[in-house]
Amino acid sequence: MGRTLAEKVWESHVVRRFEGEPDLLYIDLHLVHEVTSPQAFDGLRASGRVVRRTDLTLATEDHNIPTINIDQPIADPISRAQVQALRTNCAEFGVPLYSLGNVEQGIVHVVGPQLGLTQPGMTVVCGDSHTSTHGAFGALAFGIGTSEVEHVLATQTLPLKPFKTMAITVEGDLPPGVTAKDVILAVIAKIGTGGGQGYVLEYRGSAIEALSIEGRMTICNMSIEAGARAGMIAPDDTTFEYLKGRDHAPKGAEWEAAVDYWRTLRTDDDATFDAEVILDASALSPFVTWGTNPGQGLPLSGSVPSPDEAANEVERAAIAHALEYMGLTPGMPLREIEVDTVFVGSCTNGRIEDLRAVAEVLKGRTVAPSVRMLVVPGSVRVKHQAQEEGLDAVFIAAGAEWREAGCSMCLAMNPDKLAPGERSASTSNRNFEGRQGPGGRTHLVSPAVAAATAVTGHLCAPSDLATIA
Amino acid sequence: MEPFVRHTGTALPLRRSNVDTDQIIPAEYLKRITRHGFEDGLFAAWRKDPNFVLNQPHHADVSILVAGPDFGTGSSREHAVWALQNYGFKVVLSSRFADIFRGNSGKGGLLTAHVDQSVIEELWTEIEANPDLEVTVDLEHREVRAGSIIASIEVDDYVRWRLMEGLDDIGITLAHVDAISAFESKRPEFMPTTA
Repeated sequence: MGRTLAEKVWESHVVRRFEGEPDLLYIDLHLVHEVTSPQAFDGLRASGRVVRRTDLTLATEDHNIPTINIDQPIADPISRAQVQALRTNCAEFGVPLYSLGNVEQGIVHVVGPQLGLTQPGMTVVCGDSHTSTHGAFGALAFGIGTSEVEHVLATQTLPLKPFKTMAITVEGDLPPGVTAKDVILAVIAKIGTGGGQGYVLEYRGSAIEALSIEGRMTICNMSIEAGARAGMIAPDDTTFEYLKGRDHAPKGAEWEAAVDYWRTLRTDDDATFDAEVILDASALSPFVTWGTNPGQGLPLSGSVPSPDEAANEVERAAIAHALEYMGLTPGMPLREIEVDTVFVGSCTNGRIEDLRAVAEVLKGRTVAPSVRMLVVPGSVRVKHQAQEEGLDAVFIAAGAEWREAGCSMCLAMNPDKLAPGERSASTSNRNFEGRQGPGGRTHLVSPAVAAATAVTGHLCAPSDLATIA
Repeated sequence: MEPFVRHTGTALPLRRSNVDTDQIIPAEYLKRITRHGFEDGLFAAWRKDPNFVLNQPHHADVSILVAGPDFGTGSSREHAVWALQNYGFKVVLSSRFADIFRGNSGKGGLLTAHVDQSVIEELWTEIEANPDLEVTVDLEHREVRAGSIIASIEVDDYVRWRLMEGLDDIGITLAHVDAISAFESKRPEFMPTTA
């Protein structure tokens, strides 16, 4: 019987299989950052262990760092100590590190792909749930906890039970103005935040194949918000073109050998998935969240739902609680929701294509006086590219702040955060209570919707601007 | 890791679904570089509300958390497990756990046991009526007992064995280091390195 893409990658990484035990899986690339690694390095030290493969490990500073004044010491002493701990640990254990100020520094899930380190058929892990991003290349990539970080550092393997497989098939053409972010928000709303639990999702169909690598990364990135540890897309010419010539991509004869192998990484025609979900691309529209988990989303044309619409008591309580936290009343059109902050960035939407989409909307327009807009590139390379294209000038002329690379307001570990009661339209991935700052309220949106919202001060799409301008 | 066979204690009824790890411990607490002292961050935002269930004096010494479905979604932060353990929790019961949280719990010795939502509802009702109700979670016999309630719990066989033996994963894996070396010798030449 045929095998799925996920099964092929899994099978090619089994180091040891024994009845009644998890498979021992080899890890090709381990990405490390400052927040989930200090206790893992401590564990190695306590047990006298070393990092088995420093040459398959790469660290960067992203979660905790400031996005202004990066030439000065980090102001918060606890943040500074954590970043310093990463530097000390990487030096002691021989792990390559891209520190603040290095041209290769940036969000871990932006850095890996842009260096060409993320390749089809690999296993990629990181102590961060958005590691699923790398599945856009046909890699099996998933987030792990700190104990597992220590395990991979020490052994370059992980004991894992096989996942089930789910096909998410999106056929047809996306209407103008509908982006990868809208697709994934619609998927999560459809299957729920627990719908993918225990599964690897494989996104397929003509609408997925038509996406750029950046768009595919946005989709795979948010697989975890549907409960799935990993999301994958079969590699194709779009993937190979993106990789060719990148620093760590194979060269010469090795490139040919690699591409020959990569072309085999497709789900066989006679393979079966454990579950399948089908979406019609042509029926999708710009999507935004109204609640406090990523599954609580609706088309922008919709209205705030009522707890009375819930299917059961647990869901009714969840809607009621979310509306109370978000300060929204049932029936209010989503387009009438006013925001005071717009955040563009994160491992979901902090890549060059995302910044281009924002600049296209902002060009010749200004950010509403009531709105603070932050544009945070996903990496230093993305920042430089944006500046070469003059995008920074567009952001600044519109009245947005143009920052240094990092995770920033996606999780508000650094000074970039919402004040209690503030409301954002954000291109990031989580609208949990307090995610962007205690008491802050988050609406997840695409870069295009974020930019249009910044202009008007209320949730809207670029197509709404045409009638205003 | 200390072996876990069974645990008896009082329980906290948390009538919430989709409790994400940002709620279990907000990001501002993740800057520490130790494995202990995270109890102050546990449910930090909710604990600011005096009516929050964990703030009730009759739930002061709880060690079993009875939660709604989709517990532990979101971020991979193992700090969520440490915060629960540092506070004194030994067990979380729910009808559905997020994968990463569940995996992290097993590594750290926090038992996450799956029970049907109907059992969760029964436990909520019983505990709310009698906060001192003794709840026993018996890993050996795979059941939860509380007053008249006796229900089975689901725990992965391998995780159960590790927890009952108190075994360290890395030690288990390093016993197979020859298999790891053999695998490494066969990896394709074109695979990238970070060097």
